[in-house]
Amino acid sequence: MNQGLSDPRSSISGSAVRRGDQIFRLITVGSGILILALMTSIGIFLTWKAIPSFSHNSSNFFTESKWFPDQSTPIFGIAALAFGTFVAALIAMILAVPTGIGTALFITYYAPKKIAGAMAFFIDLLAAVPSIIFGLWGLQFLMPHMQGVAAWLDRYLGFIPIFQNRSDLYTKSLLIAGVVLAIMILPTISAISREVFNQVPRNHVEAALALGATRWEMVRMAVLPFGRPGIISASMLGLGRALGETIAVALILSAVFEVNIHISEPGGNTFAANIALKWNEAGPNGLSALIASGLVLFLITLAVNSIARGIIARRKDFSGA
Amino acid sequence: MKLTRIAIATVAIATTLSLTACGSDNNSGSSAAPTGAGASGSLKASGSSAQKNAMADWINSFQTANPGATIDYQANGSGAGVQDFNNSQTDFAGSDSPLKPEEATAAATRCSGNNAIDIPMVGGAIALAYNIDGVDSLVLDPKTAAAIFTGAITKWNDPAIAALNSGVTLPNATIATFHRSDSSGTTDNFTKWLIATTPSTYTLAGGKDWVAPGGQGAKGSDGVASSIATTKNSIGYVELSFVQTQKLKAAKIDNGGGAVEATSDAAAKTIAAATVSGTGNDLSLTIDRTVKDGASYPIVLVTYEITCEKGLAAAQSALVKSFLTFTASDEAQSALSSAGYVPITGDLLTKVRAAVAAIS
Repeated sequence: MNQGLSDPRSSISGSAVRRGDQIFRLITVGSGILILALMTSIGIFLTWKAIPSFSHNSSNFFTESKWFPDQSTPIFGIAALAFGTFVAALIAMILAVPTGIGTALFITYYAPKKIAGAMAFFIDLLAAVPSIIFGLWGLQFLMPHMQGVAAWLDRYLGFIPIFQNRSDLYTKSLLIAGVVLAIMILPTISAISREVFNQVPRNHVEAALALGATRWEMVRMAVLPFGRPGIISASMLGLGRALGETIAVALILSAVFEVNIHISEPGGNTFAANIALKWNEAGPNGLSALIASGLVLFLITLAVNSIARGIIARRKDFSGA
Repeated sequence: MKLTRIAIATVAIATTLSLTACGSDNNSGSSAAPTGAGASGSLKASGSSAQKNAMADWINSFQTANPGATIDYQANGSGAGVQDFNNSQTDFAGSDSPLKPEEATAAATRCSGNNAIDIPMVGGAIALAYNIDGVDSLVLDPKTAAAIFTGAITKWNDPAIAALNSGVTLPNATIATFHRSDSSGTTDNFTKWLIATTPSTYTLAGGKDWVAPGGQGAKGSDGVASSIATTKNSIGYVELSFVQTQKLKAAKIDNGGGAVEATSDAAAKTIAAATVSGTGNDLSLTIDRTVKDGASYPIVLVTYEITCEKGLAAAQSALVKSFLTFTASDEAQSALSSAGYVPITGDLLTKVRAAVAAIS
């Protein structure tokens, strides 16, 4: 579009290209290529290592829910893993996205300055807690205390199949894993939303208030539309963490290889947790099968992020960003 | 408590080793700090996590007695341990099971054409730990255990359990069973016992992965033990040491000859009675898990050290031999029971020492 103007480089400095420019350009291009090369090589590695297991599988990799790749007739598939990963992440998102956005709004538009600063600090601190700590806390503290909640859900909402509990055991369930994941992704969602909300142009906010909008109306009309792409990308980053979280989930879940829609019953398993649990003692075919499941997780994460990018790109025009 | 015990054991071992090392020629040997005594060099080993704590104690004792020696044992799992050894990355491997034929072939290549040998070194007992209010003594036989763990029996006051426990008031509560969610030799040996004793009730496949439907999985013996501790009316299989550390109760096992308490001594009897199925100095064992003498605890596991009988580099071979000679000593073996393991005893220990002596 600027073709009509004379080349700005030549007009500013006499020489065509400076050495510093060249080096800097080289570094940036190199970094860009390096990232692509890394992603490609991870993809190639996973595919390469996964292929041997496919030929040794006596069942369908995508529909089988059992995982016994080291038996004399190997049977393994990702149905239960994919289901568990999806459900745990979904529970986490349902709980963490509204809470995360709520906290971010509170910090940016409702809380007194002093409290806001302290709260922001503590939420960021939550992100720094190692996941093994979340796992242990979930297992030792949250699980005993969640049983009442799960039992309540069963008693009063048990007519909805997902809340029904056919055993009287409420431990080691996808529900508990989902709650722990929600707490783990909360700081990610909250911190990014907060940054975006802080960037809402002052004049939008003031205009809304000047027109007689209440604070809630101001948030609804000025802040949320502006922040929507930010909220979406925050949620997707959170989702990425929820899908890939390993050790906390491995500690909490019962690691049963069946698709069970009753989320408060013991059971469930996820891709990452399964890899962590089975890796050490896996035989050659077991390792290959685990890598194959890792490849699926890699592709799912890739897809989730691409979709998120797509949504953000489409919304950009309306948001005023 | 444990630290002091280890410290005492270490000093005792150090003193003994310094005595044998110095012989009778110079100092009286009363000083517990041998200078440059015994073996030196460095060893790398990896494998079974079941023997991790035993190895840690032994390595600590051995290095104290032989300041020139460094031994590194990485508990990365039996499968990985054998693989590391066969790839010449380590000098010996720890494993829950003896070498399989194809692994033995690869190991022979690694040992420059010589045989690799399985040496049983650390025994263990698998306890059925339970947590039921008011029940301090529980007897199970293979049939009921299999029925509980496969979900055929779901209540504690089931007639089959009550028949074995007359005089004990069992609650009308659902049994929460716990198994290992990670792949493990403990699962392998527990299912081996079920398959050996009650194949008609436990019709599923054995192996390192739990295959029975239902129940709850937990990661590691510590995970299973702490789950049992925090869940009422629960039962699960764990290594004996975790019963002690989590203050759980363990069921007595009745294989048909009377109920036997899960103790290190009772388990040692089962291991000592194992027959050697390997040839020469390869001491891979066949354990009789159906033992009915009323004194042997039948749910046991044995972990092996796997190394080259001949064919390691001379320096490495000498140090492996020296270390394994120490681990097969009375002091090292008797230290096992206090760490929750089961020592190798009797004729089998003699065979183990002969096999170690043959390493060159």
